[in-house]
Amino acid sequence: MDRRNPGAGREQDLVGWGRYPRARGVEVRSEDLESITRGASLCRGLGRAYGDAALPARGAAPLAATPLADRLLAFDPETGVLRAEAGVSLETLNRLLLPRGWFTPVTPGTQFVTLGGMVAADVHGKNHHVAGCFGEHVTALRMRVADGRVLEVTDESEPELFRATLGGMGLTGHVLEVEVRLERVSSPWIWRERTRHPDLASVLEALEAASAEWPMTMAWIDTTSRGRALGRGVVIVGRWAEPDEAPAQPPQPKRRFEVPPLPGLMNRSTIRALNAAYWSVMRPGAGIEHPESFFYPLDMLRHWNRGYGRRGFVQYQVVLPRAGDHAELLERFQRLGGASFVTVLKDCGEAGRGTLSWPKPGTSLALDVPMRGDATQRLVDDLNEFAVERGGRIYLAKDALTRPEHFRAMYPRLDEWQAVRRKWDPEGVLQSAQSQRLLGDAP
Amino acid sequence: MKTVIFGATRGMGRALARLLAERGDELVLLGRDPAELEKSAKDLEIRAGGAGHDRVGTEVCDLFDRKAFGSALDAAVQRLGGLDAVIVTAGVFGTQDELTDDADLLDRVLVADFVNTVHFCEEARLRLLESGGGKLCVFSSVAGERARRTIFLYGAAKAGLSYYLEGLDHRYRGEGLATICVKPGFVRTSMTAGLDPPPFTGEPDAVARSVLRAIDRGRPVVYAPPIWRWIMLTIRWLPRAVMRRLRF
Repeated sequence: MDRRNPGAGREQDLVGWGRYPRARGVEVRSEDLESITRGASLCRGLGRAYGDAALPARGAAPLAATPLADRLLAFDPETGVLRAEAGVSLETLNRLLLPRGWFTPVTPGTQFVTLGGMVAADVHGKNHHVAGCFGEHVTALRMRVADGRVLEVTDESEPELFRATLGGMGLTGHVLEVEVRLERVSSPWIWRERTRHPDLASVLEALEAASAEWPMTMAWIDTTSRGRALGRGVVIVGRWAEPDEAPAQPPQPKRRFEVPPLPGLMNRSTIRALNAAYWSVMRPGAGIEHPESFFYPLDMLRHWNRGYGRRGFVQYQVVLPRAGDHAELLERFQRLGGASFVTVLKDCGEAGRGTLSWPKPGTSLALDVPMRGDATQRLVDDLNEFAVERGGRIYLAKDALTRPEHFRAMYPRLDEWQAVRRKWDPEGVLQSAQSQRLLGDAP
Repeated sequence: MKTVIFGATRGMGRALARLLAERGDELVLLGRDPAELEKSAKDLEIRAGGAGHDRVGTEVCDLFDRKAFGSALDAAVQRLGGLDAVIVTAGVFGTQDELTDDADLLDRVLVADFVNTVHFCEEARLRLLESGGGKLCVFSSVAGERARRTIFLYGAAKAGLSYYLEGLDHRYRGEGLATICVKPGFVRTSMTAGLDPPPFTGEPDAVARSVLRAIDRGRPVVYAPPIWRWIMLTIRWLPRAVMRRLRF
């Protein structure tokens, strides 16, 4: 269907996955991403960034919604190099290509993300200690830069812009197409092993030991247990199954359940109960696992973010270089009344190519926190002060509450990145609610 | 199935073409912009890679150039080596306000969605009958069911189209040509972007799945999402005096 005014937008309230904060803005939707990015302030994909990373800046031009730009443009079944429009979802790639033996080299914890979003946040996954971030595997980007030109950008043609765009939160230019090298897998199934550990120190130790042997590792910890059991947890490791141990049939997409809009169910007692229940379900063992339940357990519950009610929640994800610091951070978190259900530890490898990429050597801790206004702001401030002191840093794709001074202290390459950004966008056309909050972008 | 789709580069046509490609149907795409056709064909080929067929053909065909309909269809049939189905999702949309204010746009909507779609279907009918029958699936709209104050200009073109499609089905079903008239309600595509989605809004993928079922079964009328069948049944029976008061 033709429309004279394709995807003309109307003003609406937009939120990220955490449903906090809200921002008003216009989102223009069209298959024709090249047209709608002309003059746009930011691209927005499937809205899985938790905080304000994909929310409109005050007084800025409309957002370009990417999900309708979802065509696969080239795929070489010899080398695994794929080129696709930025709005293609990872779910689409998995559904089409995993049965043929190809998987994204790096996957975040949900498959409801777009390729463009994966570049913007330079996502990491359970294999960060061996594979690095998504950006390590990106071979080229087609971008509309702020002056309106459309460019093919690679690490050879425009290294500064290319590296500033990996993890650049969509603020260096609009990503129209992504070219990435996929990974050949031995079968579309996962061999998974799980061990339980009585306290945080043993979880961290087991995680480190596991990463020396396994390509995929992570840990879940109980943030509501106290005393000696503080941070008891489950270390989960995996690898692609060998053809002779995997089922002959490719995995069928899992059934998903919808969480209805509800008043907030997540408070300290329900979170404590959920933690205890999860701990008892996560029995040690080994076996073949469906890739969806291994990589994306929460995708089974559509709209699980509704569990936090209208006030929403924030995720606090921080990487801390020294293993001893996590217990201290958790104690602070508990002291300030924090409780989290989806609490994940992941050891990170070397920092990648992205100038503003988040991971650096250390162990990442992610906490989901119900949003309770000023108290939550104080909690994040306190944790951030501790993180700055210990050389840690927070992940922009999750953040809603960090203060500019903390952010600056965490990212030593910020000035370098800002200089590249100013060079390609001297008038500051590209902005987000997050860039106004953290980077001093003027409305 | 050897299928020609007119309008597969966007929206519901794109979603439907993907379902056909992924199950291994042979496709030729008709559309106006050669570069867009090429990209969509490539997308479908990659998606179909697991299904055996990996060639998708394209022919340039503009809904405003009706003299070229016959030759585009002939080229498509030749490429496919036969013809089982023709699907038409191409069209032009305008809101009531846009069409009230802009006579040129109104002319485009009337010509594209009624006059030239009928011409195209006539050409398609000839070729389908020549190859022994098959399916002709055309996207009309629930807007063509009953005149409503908020959408009757666009609806008038679709009403004419639905009328024609019903007649076509009556006349030729006995000769093996089944006509399928698709009546989508509000579907979240770029066509409706920027409009306030009403209750019962559909998603293109779900619509495409119900349309494909209807094509396979040769059902003459399909509402999508299916609830619109009951909504329109009610609206069709509303007395004129009530209809006049309705605000939607």
